[in-house]
Amino acid sequence: MSALLLIPVVGPLLAAGALLALPNRPGTHRVGAFATMTVVLVAGLVLLVRTSGGALAVLRVGGWPGPIAIGLAADALSALLVTVTALVVLGCLVAAVGSGDDRRPYFLPLVLVLTAGAGGAFLTTDLFNLFVLIEVMLVPSYVLLSLAGGVGRGGAGRVYVATNLLGSTLLLAGVALVYGTTGVVGLGELAGAARDEPTVAVACGVVLLALGVKSALVPLHDWLPRTYPVASPVVVALFSGLLTKVGLYAVIRIYAVVYGGDPGYRWLLGAVALLSMVVGVLGAVGENSMRRILTFHMVSQLGYVLLGVALFTAVGLAAAVYYLAQYILVKAALFLCAAAVRAGRGTDRLDGSGGLAGQRPALALAFAGAALSLAGLPPFSGFLAKFLLLRATAESGAWLAMVVAVLVSLVTLLSMLKIWSALFTGDPPASSTVARRIGPTLVGPPLALAGLSLAAGLAAAPLLVLADTAAAELRDPAGYVRAVTGR
Amino acid sequence: MSAAFVVGVLVAAGVFLLLRPGLLRVVLGFVLLGHAVNVVLLSAGGLGRRTAALEEAGPDTADPLPQAFVLTAIVITFGITIHLLGLLRRGAGGPASGADPMDDDNDDDGDAESDGDGTGGAGRPGTTGRRR
Repeated sequence: MSALLLIPVVGPLLAAGALLALPNRPGTHRVGAFATMTVVLVAGLVLLVRTSGGALAVLRVGGWPGPIAIGLAADALSALLVTVTALVVLGCLVAAVGSGDDRRPYFLPLVLVLTAGAGGAFLTTDLFNLFVLIEVMLVPSYVLLSLAGGVGRGGAGRVYVATNLLGSTLLLAGVALVYGTTGVVGLGELAGAARDEPTVAVACGVVLLALGVKSALVPLHDWLPRTYPVASPVVVALFSGLLTKVGLYAVIRIYAVVYGGDPGYRWLLGAVALLSMVVGVLGAVGENSMRRILTFHMVSQLGYVLLGVALFTAVGLAAAVYYLAQYILVKAALFLCAAAVRAGRGTDRLDGSGGLAGQRPALALAFAGAALSLAGLPPFSGFLAKFLLLRATAESGAWLAMVVAVLVSLVTLLSMLKIWSALFTGDPPASSTVARRIGPTLVGPPLALAGLSLAAGLAAAPLLVLADTAAAELRDPAGYVRAVTGR
Repeated sequence: MSAAFVVGVLVAAGVFLLLRPGLLRVVLGFVLLGHAVNVVLLSAGGLGRRTAALEEAGPDTADPLPQAFVLTAIVITFGITIHLLGLLRRGAGGPASGADPMDDDNDDDGDAESDGDGTGGAGRPGTTGRRR
């Protein structure tokens, strides 16, 4: 079973290499990419089933001993994220066929490398490999963002590369400081070190700061709404499912293992979480294109996940894990709706020519479902996630956080209504060929992802059990530490 | 001590260059910052121990792990520097080379995909034409 851990990392990398060796064969590229991601999804599902009871899968690549081995490990949280991201990537690949994105040069190999980096970052057990795998993930994202050319893209591409490069440099410096203070970089060897030693806490703080840049937490969020909206919506959907989530996952993992959930830092995490929620949702109010609004909501929604982590109770962490998993699906569905809208109308700006609900009811259904889920209305998964989170804040007595969470979700609903009324209601413009251009490959993925959100809300029990397992493992990382150190 | 001084000078020069206008200075700034971090990584393993690793273990044996880290980091930085220089080349050939990168809020739909001189090899006419 341990060998399964290699598939999400090595599989897409090998496939990307093979596809690069066969240029100018779009059919082969498509088949190869779909087959690879299906295999990754199956591997993720198998890992998920195996780890859902609290077991861990650990692999030391090449059989090297202890601290010099490249370690991969999956617990319930890692397996869940690998599975969910594989689903999102598959959805994006289908939509890329519809929007024509996958005909851009090197698009599919780049996506595969991106996926390999993200999968590796979810599974790695040491800080330096985390840095390397985040780089493996970011380098294709630089190219994907600026793939389409044009002046605007070049400018935003520069901001994106510069910010992420600065973040990576900081991350590497943090890893160096951790190694200088402890002599190890493995998460297992570092367990509890930041709680016991203030110097390690500072060194790890640099790592967390760098990860904060990557996951666009306020006040380090400003690059995200500047750069994401210039990419093609399918690419943004892909980024939203993978990039910032990897940063957030690493923050959660490092805080749980290296800091041992040290209560002395919870106020800081809580403050960042609340600020992200408020700043993100208010930033979206003034925007007038679908991608820009949704990008600002990314900042806001990541705050919700971090709030659950800041509480660090069993209920709070379970809520955070459930929230993260369902939010990745919902956000990808919304961005893929934006991709369909843009393919049909040529733009996703809210410029008053609506009527999409009449022309493409399936797309309207997908958007309505995902939007209601994002705002947190029943019966979608977003409602359950927010409900669990609110219950956790109430149990911890964090009343301010509770009030902010409710208010922010109301403003989120307003933003979604704004998109709905501008694009979907009203009369379609005369002599419109909009509907014809939105094919089933563009409508299908968001509809499927929104359907998954509905299913995760209605039949939540398995996912909640999984979230509880993941939360228990985060609160008491002793099992994880034993497994990855091999002691 | 000397390592700390070198890191300080490199970071100061790197940050100075990052804050200057012009992408080429930014690229050079990142190169300097990357070097600074590499020196930090090397000194994390202890600079005083100089005996070759893997020969015989002793108190003076150098720590090979940070050296492996630095090698990896150098390769990554090199690749990204090339990408940044590519962006620079493409920007310089485009119609609005003097534009402030922050000032492109109106060009977010990307439908004006006039790919400058086409150095990126992207934006094939067939692709963009179909999507419109």
